[in-house]
Amino acid sequence: MPEIAFRTKGVTKIYGTGDVKVYALAGVDLELYAGEMAVLLGPSGSGKSTLLNILGGLDHATTGRVWFRDQELTELPDRALTRFRRDHVGFVFQFYNLVPSLTARENVQLVTDVSPDPMFAEEALTLVDLADRMDHFPSQMSGGEQQRVAIARAIAKRPNILLCDEPTGALDSTTGIQVLEVLADINARFGTTTVIITHNADIQRMAHRVIQFQDGKISSVTTNDERLAPAEIVW
Amino acid sequence: MQALDRKLLRDFARLWKQALAIALVLACGVAILLTALGMYTSLSETRSTYYERNRFADVFVTVNRAPERLAAELAAIDGVWAVETRTTGDTVLDVPGNLRSVTGRILSLPADGTPRLNVPIVTTGRLPEPTSTSEVMVNANFAIANNLQLGDIFFANLNGQKRQLTITGTAQSPEFIYTIGPGALMPDNETFGIIWMPQPAVAAAFDMTGAFNDASLKLAAGAQRTAVMAQVDRLLDPYGSLGAYGRDLHLSDSFIDAEISQLRNMASILPPIFFGIAAFLVSMVMGRIIMLERSQIGLLKAVGYSNLEVCLHYLMLAGLIALVGIGIGWFAGSWLARLLAEQFAIYFDFPFLIYRTSPWVFAVSGIAALLTTTLGAAQAAIKAARLAPAIAMQPPAPPVFKRSLIDRAMAAMRFSQPTIMILRSLFRWPLRSGLTMLGLALAVSTIVSPAFFDYSLARIVDNAFYEANRQDGMLVLSQDMPDSVLSGTAALPAVLQTEGQQFHPVILRNGNREKRTSIQASRPGADLARVISSSGSAVDVPPGGVVLSERLASQLNVGIGDQVEAEFLSGRRETQFLMVTDTIAQYIGLGAYMDLDYVNTLLRQTSRISLVNVSLDDAEVADLHARLKDIPNLVGIVMMSDTRRSFSETIEQNIDAMNLIYIVIALLITIGVTYNGARIQLSERSRELASLRILGFTRGEVSYILIGETMLLAVLAQPLGWWIGAVIATAMANTYSSDLYNMPVVLDPAMFAKSSFIVLLASFASVMLVRRRLDRQNLVSVMKVRE
Repeated sequence: MPEIAFRTKGVTKIYGTGDVKVYALAGVDLELYAGEMAVLLGPSGSGKSTLLNILGGLDHATTGRVWFRDQELTELPDRALTRFRRDHVGFVFQFYNLVPSLTARENVQLVTDVSPDPMFAEEALTLVDLADRMDHFPSQMSGGEQQRVAIARAIAKRPNILLCDEPTGALDSTTGIQVLEVLADINARFGTTTVIITHNADIQRMAHRVIQFQDGKISSVTTNDERLAPAEIVW
Repeated sequence: MQALDRKLLRDFARLWKQALAIALVLACGVAILLTALGMYTSLSETRSTYYERNRFADVFVTVNRAPERLAAELAAIDGVWAVETRTTGDTVLDVPGNLRSVTGRILSLPADGTPRLNVPIVTTGRLPEPTSTSEVMVNANFAIANNLQLGDIFFANLNGQKRQLTITGTAQSPEFIYTIGPGALMPDNETFGIIWMPQPAVAAAFDMTGAFNDASLKLAAGAQRTAVMAQVDRLLDPYGSLGAYGRDLHLSDSFIDAEISQLRNMASILPPIFFGIAAFLVSMVMGRIIMLERSQIGLLKAVGYSNLEVCLHYLMLAGLIALVGIGIGWFAGSWLARLLAEQFAIYFDFPFLIYRTSPWVFAVSGIAALLTTTLGAAQAAIKAARLAPAIAMQPPAPPVFKRSLIDRAMAAMRFSQPTIMILRSLFRWPLRSGLTMLGLALAVSTIVSPAFFDYSLARIVDNAFYEANRQDGMLVLSQDMPDSVLSGTAALPAVLQTEGQQFHPVILRNGNREKRTSIQASRPGADLARVISSSGSAVDVPPGGVVLSERLASQLNVGIGDQVEAEFLSGRRETQFLMVTDTIAQYIGLGAYMDLDYVNTLLRQTSRISLVNVSLDDAEVADLHARLKDIPNLVGIVMMSDTRRSFSETIEQNIDAMNLIYIVIALLITIGVTYNGARIQLSERSRELASLRILGFTRGEVSYILIGETMLLAVLAQPLGWWIGAVIATAMANTYSSDLYNMPVVLDPAMFAKSSFIVLLASFASVMLVRRRLDRQNLVSVMKVRE
């Protein structure tokens, strides 16, 4: 029985007040295993990002419960959630979210400065093959490079969890594959539980498990018996 | 250095123009606070140290002639620590090299050497020999102004005799920090000097052997001043006392006091305005930065930065702005303080100026600036800290606009879409629009409020020198003399016209209110020194009444038709009741006027005068001065033409400098407000404006939206600015008004026009700077930017 990294029970998230209520999540029960790479698939508005935010401690569920390992996140106060993010979670966003006034190295240092056991920023950047671009500002880099900086930033703290929201969404296929290779490599090398949200159905074939979302609920969970290497993915 | 600190520094470097615009406004506040507070403490400390070291007296009294034995009785009064009696008198001097006649105030030095009270500091040379009849010490500034060296001689009319005096030393005295001659309005060291002479020589000259006519008392700690003054009056009344008075009525001290309270007011009124504007600018800019950095804030929180760390990050950005402002403010403040100290050196004769710029003054101004910016940034920083990371990383929802009556009105008026965009944005953020307007209004008021001085002083000069006092000179007599003096004066060279005037020191009372002043009495139809009614025409004071200046009347709380009690301090020292027949606008001194013949009748005295007003033929003035130097019974001549000129010149110089400083300040405020406002607007609207360009709007049409909003606010701010300016001007007039000068509030349309012109021009220039950025914008890249 693999170790469980995340567990959710009946998680809902309701936006809006009064008469107009939008169910972003409508009762999600899910277990994510340590070291697995899970892909969350589904159309826009199906609740993938909302779940990712709740797992990552960026947001609270309206009802239901969430555990990271044995720790329940559900009612944690803001301060404790900050601690949780700082110690365990790495994020990768569709639009990279780099700080434009900091170089690649400094963007990574932003995380290593506050993490308990980080790797060197240079090491993280070397892992994503950006050793020669460390002193460039975001504006001097391509989209793929920026996303790799974002991944370096996410992994530099040696996170237990890597949460990626549409990491290739803003990239062309060639650079997208490079980014996926990095993610696969990190997952394999460090055993980092990796959750990837995507619109792109082809990406699912590199995951251990594929979790399909529809209208705020999980519609199916499939396990890939055979995983593709990112280079084999075509889109 | 941590990556977050590096971000802080880079953000600051990127925002340097906006930061500088704010920092400069902040710097104004810091500089003024530093200068005013610094000079206030400096002047207060200097004064009290000087007074203490040189034992400046607490109570003063002038008598006609009192026997020396009374000195012991004065000293015996409960609460008196020391007494100094002496003989003083004013006289005309003949100073070689100075063509004009000079007035000297002679003070006797005690026979046993240095005075016990009001101790002069010998700056050069030595005190005169106690037994010498020709050695004198003069005040240092008089020697400098007349180029007199130790050993030089000059002449003095001493009780009818022209005597040669030799200078053995120069000195400064706590009694004469502000040295002003009889009848003069400003210090003039060239024509008024202080002369210390040994007691026997002065006594002989003024016929005061065994007597004194001036006493100073220093009180013991905890003594009741009013009780002591009452005792002094009781003792000295029989000897022609003009009444004991305290430091508050001492001429030199009251001028310094007025300066000190002006500095205190300056420290408490102006800096808060600048700090307020700076806080507003900081809050506006920080609010925008946080809007723009939403996703970065979300990211910081996502990677584990705490609320406090995020909040501090943005507070530190404001803190950096404050540091720049404080630095510039301290630098400018130190410079301004030096400038002010130099001004003091011109008017005030201090032997030393304690200007240590106490660290606490720096600390206070620095802390005030830091608090201001922190307060300004607090709301934005807290908002940043509170942003939920998941929401922060999503683009902000578009601002909510609702259709309202205003929209219907705009539609009805068929405004163009760009105009509607401008107006809607004003109404959408009413607080921001209101504060921007207020900021610009304050800039306008910063120019308006001091500009009134110019007009106010012009009114004073007009009133005092062209309407009321039209004489070219005033010959001050050593004592009241018969009218026949007039014919003698008329025979002097250059004299075209003569008129006599009588002066009586009085205490005017109404109930428990009282005021010490002089009654000036002249004959009906006087042409040289006139009483000007509030309507601007010359009036004669009717026999049986008194005309008071409005300030005096209001201080006594009397109006036309009321009775006022007048205690005449000279002559028989009688108390009379006089009816107030009129009140007049008067700006210099606390004037009280009567009919000369009526005063003579009232006081049962033969017709006499205290001074002669003359009009002069300029061509012969030099001859007149030469003659005056030899005329006994003359205390001095006040050349009104010189006074007029020096008054106007000195004040205009100061006012020009002051106006320039205030214009610079107003420009800084305007630039701070409009530049920041336009930059923020541009960043908020860049996509919108770029879209319009893509749709085919020209650069001009697009910039109309940007410029239009700013300039509309600037125009709307004008009337508010005029009003605030008028309010501040009135407050300033009250602050600067004292019993010595009464500043009228004169608001001229020209000063409003000038202020508006400057502020509108500066607003336009600032917004045009931002427009250049708009012109340079790459349309495609702007549209790609994700906000």
